Amino acid sequence: MNNNSFVKGLRAGISIAIGYFPVALTFGLLAKTTGLSIVEATAMSIFVFAGASQYMSLTLIANGVDPILIVLNTFVLNIRHFLMTAALNEKMHSEKRWVKGIYAFGITDESFSVLATQKEDKVRTSFAFGVALIGYSSWVLFTAIGHIIGANLPAFLQAAMSIALYAMFVGLLVPSMRGNRKVVLLALFAASINGFFYWTGLLSTGWAILVATLASSIVVEIIYARRSLGLPEGA
Amino acid sequence: MGAWYWWTIFGMALVTYIPRVFPLTFLEGKKLPPVISGVLSNIPFAVLGALIFPAILYVQQGNLLFGVIGAVVAFTLAIISTNVMVVVLGTIGVLAVYSLLF
Repeated sequence: MNNNSFVKGLRAGISIAIGYFPVALTFGLLAKTTGLSIVEATAMSIFVFAGASQYMSLTLIANGVDPILIVLNTFVLNIRHFLMTAALNEKMHSEKRWVKGIYAFGITDESFSVLATQKEDKVRTSFAFGVALIGYSSWVLFTAIGHIIGANLPAFLQAAMSIALYAMFVGLLVPSMRGNRKVVLLALFAASINGFFYWTGLLSTGWAILVATLASSIVVEIIYARRSLGLPEGA
Repeated sequence: MGAWYWWTIFGMALVTYIPRVFPLTFLEGKKLPPVISGVLSNIPFAVLGALIFPAILYVQQGNLLFGVIGAVVAFTLAIISTNVMVVVLGTIGVLAVYSLLF
């Protein structure tokens, strides 16, 4: 392994580590309010290492959703990583499969963005290890610290914290909606389908989110594919 | 939490790792059809919509107003600021004041 590019990777990953700090801290806090122990919360960050999935699982756990559905929803949410790692193939130095298999664990939305935007033609394996390691360390460490802080918060603040998860989703979604009609359509359509299942009680929470997500992603893509072919809407 | 929790973590870990590792190790140089990759790239935004609504309204059982205030504040802050932490901390702050007063 090339030490120099490993250190460069660590350095390039610092912004990711800083970015994870509040998100992991909040995850630890929320895990605490959801009723997970510090070991359970930290273990999830150690073994799963996926922000959106971990946040979603807390919502589903709080709603008593079947574990199989939690895993299924996690899978659907992570399907996008197929795209990223497929794209990353072109960018990474050739390497033995098992070595790639190790740093693949550290591919998140954020580390992907850092790796994919490197100026070099081919990114070194040790650089990828550096980027992955520093982000991962921050994620695990601040999950545990967040849980400890959460245990010492007054009750009124813990009540207010119950909104944090949703506020974070809103904070991630709304800026992407700006000037992007497709994103607006995707979110509104999925929200409406999910609301329909919620109020009719036709599907349980986990299935409703799964169906709403896939239906919206597919239908909106079909609408846009037709548009780009120049077909009239509704044709 | 019981044993089911550890099975859930195990399952989540597996289905998170597979999409990360599979293309990187076995799909070198292959391209997905554009419609498939389009649908895949839509998923993060669709799932956010479904995760937010209608659950945001029901964060406090039996207190719809709490959720409605939270939703309005969160969306307002998110329109003003693109910083996620501003949105999260601001919404918590407003609801903390609300919980203290009412």
